[in-house]
Amino acid sequence: MTTTTLAVLVPLLPFLGAAAGLLLGRTAPGFVRPLAVLPALAALALACTVAADQGGGQAVDAHTELTSTGSVPIELALHIDGFAALVAVLVAFVATCVQIYSTGYLRDDPRYPSYAALVSLFTSAMLLVVYSGDLIVLLVGWEVMGICSYFLVGHYWETPEARAASVKAFLVTKLGDVPFLIGLFALATDAGSFRITTVLATVANGGLHHPTLIGLLLLCGVAGKSAQFPLHTWLPDAMAGPTPVSALIHAATMVAAGVYFVARLLPVFEASAAVMVVLAVMGAVTMVGSALAALAQDDIKRVLAYSTIGQLGYMTGALAVGDRGAAVFHLLSHGAFKALLFLAAGVIIHAAGTNSLAVMSRTSGLRDRVPDAYWTMTVALLALAAIPPFSGFFSKESVLGAAEHVATGHTEHAPGSAGWIVLVAGLATALLTAAYATRLWLLTFRGRGAEAPDHGRQPRSMTVVLWVLAVPSLAFGGFAYRSLPDWFDGRTLTPTLTTSVLGTGLALVGGLVTYGAWQRTRALAARTPLGAVAAHSEADAGLVEAEVIAAHKPVFGDVAYAPDPADPGRLLLGPLYRHAAEGFHLDAVYDALFVRPVLAAATLVQFLDREVVDTYVRGAGALPRLLGAAVRRTQTGNVQTYVSALLAGTVVLAVAVLLVATGV
Amino acid sequence: MHLAYPAVLSALLFCTGLYGVLARRNAILVLMSVELMLNAVNLNLVAFDVWLSKTARDTLHSGQALTLFTIAIAAAEIGIGLAIVLAVYRNRGTSDIDRLRDTAEGHEDGTPPDEAADEKAEATA
Amino acid sequence: MTPLAQAPHGFLSPTGVEIAFLLVGLVTFGAALVTVTTRQLVHAALWLVVALGGLAVEYLLLTAEFIAWVQVLIYVGSVVVLLLFGLMLTKAPIGRSPDADSGNRWVALVVAVAAAAALVWVVVDAFRTTWINLDGAAAGSTKVTGASLFQNWVLPFEALSVLLLAALVGAIVLSRKAKAESAPPPVNGRAVTQSSPSVTGSGIHPIVQRAEKKTEKKTEQESEQEGAR
Repeated sequence: MTTTTLAVLVPLLPFLGAAAGLLLGRTAPGFVRPLAVLPALAALALACTVAADQGGGQAVDAHTELTSTGSVPIELALHIDGFAALVAVLVAFVATCVQIYSTGYLRDDPRYPSYAALVSLFTSAMLLVVYSGDLIVLLVGWEVMGICSYFLVGHYWETPEARAASVKAFLVTKLGDVPFLIGLFALATDAGSFRITTVLATVANGGLHHPTLIGLLLLCGVAGKSAQFPLHTWLPDAMAGPTPVSALIHAATMVAAGVYFVARLLPVFEASAAVMVVLAVMGAVTMVGSALAALAQDDIKRVLAYSTIGQLGYMTGALAVGDRGAAVFHLLSHGAFKALLFLAAGVIIHAAGTNSLAVMSRTSGLRDRVPDAYWTMTVALLALAAIPPFSGFFSKESVLGAAEHVATGHTEHAPGSAGWIVLVAGLATALLTAAYATRLWLLTFRGRGAEAPDHGRQPRSMTVVLWVLAVPSLAFGGFAYRSLPDWFDGRTLTPTLTTSVLGTGLALVGGLVTYGAWQRTRALAARTPLGAVAAHSEADAGLVEAEVIAAHKPVFGDVAYAPDPADPGRLLLGPLYRHAAEGFHLDAVYDALFVRPVLAAATLVQFLDREVVDTYVRGAGALPRLLGAAVRRTQTGNVQTYVSALLAGTVVLAVAVLLVATGV
Repeated sequence: MHLAYPAVLSALLFCTGLYGVLARRNAILVLMSVELMLNAVNLNLVAFDVWLSKTARDTLHSGQALTLFTIAIAAAEIGIGLAIVLAVYRNRGTSDIDRLRDTAEGHEDGTPPDEAADEKAEATA
Repeated sequence: MTPLAQAPHGFLSPTGVEIAFLLVGLVTFGAALVTVTTRQLVHAALWLVVALGGLAVEYLLLTAEFIAWVQVLIYVGSVVVLLLFGLMLTKAPIGRSPDADSGNRWVALVVAVAAAAALVWVVVDAFRTTWINLDGAAAGSTKVTGASLFQNWVLPFEALSVLLLAALVGAIVLSRKAKAESAPPPVNGRAVTQSSPSVTGSGIHPIVQRAEKKTEKKTEQESEQEGAR
């Protein structure tokens, strides 16, 4: 089979798996698990083959036009360069891990068939985005992901949090998608084609007439999909979905799509310096703000969600300094360790019976209950904090190195200001990232108090996946940074000395400061008891998670916040703590800016409808009613009266006709 | 003979019957007035038939044939009409037309369906 | 209208037939007026006999003999008798009844006078010079009418017999008790009266039953007469 055929099969297999899963889910439950796992596994194998065939050399291009669409042609096109080949491998890898993990995690869930089919569809859509060489086909996958995320985040639709989160995720990403669509049309109009290769050629020839406008419009969609400031608010709430879905969304598919899209069309964005600065500011604000917010979250999954936003900020920053190699490098390593973090967090939540860090910090022995999760999560957190030699270190250093490269005067791809913004924000975030990673680890595994309940061993399907993911988290960066430039643009990804020392030093400082703060506050923890443990700890992990998410708000008063004086984050952040826990009140701002005006407008429309429009309606009814009341009086029931009136009318008509006919 | 004589007589008889239909209270008197109107039409038919057959414009004697039909129909009508009047009288104890006002506005309450049917039949008679 | 018929007769040239027609017409019209205005109901029926008889004479004067005899037979012979029976069965008061006219009479008068004015005006305006030549063979002798009826009008005649049958059935259905369908089939019509408490004045029912039978018999007779013709 040619590489093209293989590449077509990669998104097609999960799609067929999804269709078959949806069709057979009820009638043949025995087929659901194989139908979920095998297509993903096959897609992984095929993606690896495609990557090996492509080998970082000449991009594979294939296209066919199904039908003429009038003006700008829409084609089924493939464009597989090194980026696409490697990202596809990552997507298929994470999707396979998630599918295997889900068989254990949701083993008793009655809606597992539809869940697995949607995950397959989600994977298929992301692979379509990755391989597509046509912007409209890419958009199809982009939107299919949006609707799949809606369904998957709302998997526990019995709880109001999940319903609200799914609607929010859908609406916020759509808010970005509308300008994105307009931007795509503008881009295609300028370039005369939706083909990515044609667009890039047009840009290279300077044929783009409105680069700033197009770039900003496209950035709206990217910000929505990749959860960048200011459209990131859906992502922490999306934690209401099952943990494997969070892993899938955060590591490989949905949020990666935005970054990947920018990486693919980077020359379009580079055409306007203003767009690059906006991108840099967006990334900087996102990473610093989300790192601060992560330091104050009580829900373990929300900490990870904010860390995802921060890491995506790094990728955006790398793109803002014009180095898409660094961005995709970080995307790949982040995909591995973030998937691991989420899947391990799922195990921990199941074992601890809570998602609250405050409660975990009052539970001892959790690491002995789930040793697999303990060790793998430690690896992943070290990778997140960018401690050498874990893979996160190399990818993050490549980003910081690229920023320094631009900041020190190599401004052929991006403005120097963007470099400085990304560099400063990246270093600050390195400190904060290490701080919240340390906080998470200490609170989860170093708790003191009652013994954690024993539920026996976790299912093998879950723990094995953790170890499989731990390998790339540990080693991918160190082995790959020398060979990856051959796949990407050829620019070096080797860490530079200055940023390595600075970044690692700051990370160590952050970790040590947090440790010190934790030492001071842990004494407080014993004095203020807190507790919320799920009722059905023996049930499968998915049910436990749904229950703890639903229980957090009644117990602590907020989904993100717990009144825990022993939280080291409270000591570190000081007065910022409360605001950071609320995500810096961005939801309140959205509430004031969009939700309330819409509600007010709805009230106005309701008023207009009820008082103005209905008045006409009622008037239209009242007039005939009055006339009817008048005419009713003639309804005497006396037949003679009726006939008299009838005959009188007949006489009058006959006379009138006569007069007209005789012309009198 | 002038055609105007039977024609005018017919018109006057018709209007007399009309007055009777509209003014009489007893249903049987109304039926009599209907007979008057029918006879006025018959007279008209016969007179015109005679005129047209004498001037050889109509050789079918359609006027007289129609008159015979009208008489037959009138006989049937009086039979049906009297049956209706008797049914109404049996149910209501009256045959006064202006006391049968069940279809009046605000009289929807509890009229038995058979009486309503009688009302309707009365109105058509 | 027709110049040929118009020429020998002026507008006012009364012949004997015309004078007879006018006189009988006056009597007929007067009897009709009394019919619709009298306060004695039975008298109304009797005056109706006069009016209908007068019309029969008019038919004779118009040389329509067969129609005239049918008029006498059916109207005077059966219809008026039926009406008298109806008056009797509905307990019509004998003697003057002050409420013979409804409150609608003034409206009725206006409508009737207006209609009469319009009709007479139109008819006189249209036919004031039209002349009917009554000389020669009778226009409506039994032979002529019979030939016409059974040569040209056979199909409508047969259709008419179906109509009479329908009227017969209708009269029977109407005369039956409304409860007869829901109650067990009565041995005779009278048995049902006990099971209809809503009926007012149940004492009249035997008479009503008999009257119904007579009505049906009459209708049958009429249809037979029609068939005989």
